[in-house]
Amino acid sequence: MNRRVVISGVGIYSVLGKNIEEVSKSLYNGTSGIGIDSKRKELGFRSMLTGIIERPNLKKLLNRRQRIGLPEQGEYAFMATAEAFENAKIDMDFLEKNEVGILYGNDSSSIPVIESIDRVRETKDTTLLGSGSIFQSMNSTISMNLSVIYKLRGINFTVSGACASSSHAVGMAYFLIKHGYQNIVLCGGGQEVNPESMGSFDGLSAFSVRHDQPNEASRPFDKDRDGLIPSGGGASLVVESLESAIARGADIVAEIKGYGFSSNGDHISVPNQEGPTISLERCLKDANMAAKQIDYVNAHATSTPVGDTMEARALNAVFGDSKAPISSTKSMTGHEMWMGGASELIYSSIMMDKSFIAPNINLVTPDEDSERLNLIAKTTEKELNTVLSNSFGFGGTNSSIILSKYSK
Amino acid sequence: MERSEIKNIVVEFLIDEFEIEQDVIADDAHLIDDLGLESLDFVDIVVIIEKEFGFKVKREEMKDIRVLNDLYDYIEKNM
Repeated sequence: MNRRVVISGVGIYSVLGKNIEEVSKSLYNGTSGIGIDSKRKELGFRSMLTGIIERPNLKKLLNRRQRIGLPEQGEYAFMATAEAFENAKIDMDFLEKNEVGILYGNDSSSIPVIESIDRVRETKDTTLLGSGSIFQSMNSTISMNLSVIYKLRGINFTVSGACASSSHAVGMAYFLIKHGYQNIVLCGGGQEVNPESMGSFDGLSAFSVRHDQPNEASRPFDKDRDGLIPSGGGASLVVESLESAIARGADIVAEIKGYGFSSNGDHISVPNQEGPTISLERCLKDANMAAKQIDYVNAHATSTPVGDTMEARALNAVFGDSKAPISSTKSMTGHEMWMGGASELIYSSIMMDKSFIAPNINLVTPDEDSERLNLIAKTTEKELNTVLSNSFGFGGTNSSIILSKYSK
Repeated sequence: MERSEIKNIVVEFLIDEFEIEQDVIADDAHLIDDLGLESLDFVDIVVIIEKEFGFKVKREEMKDIRVLNDLYDYIEKNM
């Protein structure tokens, strides 16, 4: 079986806005979602920069039992999912009558883990942790909570693949639907934004310290980039077989044309050129497309010195001739990590829908590798029919996904 | 502590923490059938009782508590 797979609904809660409409405006306007969190200084962080996001108030949306197992990133994921299902015209009545699965990207849940261990060490009594802690603490917290809230009865697990987690989640759903094992899978990624979850990453000196200009701190591909800025939120996509989406009368957001993956088999944190190149080529092959058919590439580029260089070289190896327009939306969002694969597919689908390329803000002076790419530093009106989004992570995990506008 | 004070504290946390409607709360209200509590909620009740009344609850002792009056009796006995 080889079925066509589409995205029939998207929802987002990010540092660029609390829904698709707000995020669309921020992307078009090149708005930065980065700011300063002074608590990080008190905790001894090297960098105080972070994506700035407000916790949603779920009290009117979910009952106590539904809320009590949700950690911070689960709240964001719920908000994004509520919008995605609404956008996909899927309600609770449909979910009760039809099998829908969930594959969600998440790779940490620090606060509940820290708080429960602190409490047990202090009280020497585990019964005082309450009933929500265990469900908030596990990496699978989002998929387990959302599957119960939405009565999902299909595939149900979390994909943990570092900063490519949610891109791989979408890729896995695409495979399951393409080959007939599922009709609809809720996909996405959630990312906590609290300081405690980022201490060990800060300890690697991987974050930008451009504190005097938070909006200019994330500058992927720019010669003067000095590190990434941690960020987060929630991003959800309803991935569905074309026939199911048509039968339901859903508005199709985009078609998933290809998924490529690879592992560097190399250094745990330093990326290389070969792995991403394989992922890109595998994705094009799966989509049965040539590089020249890609109208826009949403780069992984996080604003780290080595990471952007390696991706620039891989992009140049594949898109050097076609000169596909490229930008990194992380210049605005910061690095949304576990959520980034899903959110950047949504950002790319928004650009395709509204015919523009969101800018790689803060790109003032490209370096010797990035100057060979067709990098888009200013918002550009352009009809986009096919886009590719890259996501890479620690351990050398790589994922690439191609989306096209749906046409019969 | 007077029984009425115990009742006030329990009713307050049932409304505030467990979001139970006041009109279903009565001395003979069944914790599961009437108040809608489930097994995981009893984990949280243990935490709240210890915090509010200052004694340690054993989960196995709670298995005989069926209606609110049983809960008030249990707390009164252990205070």
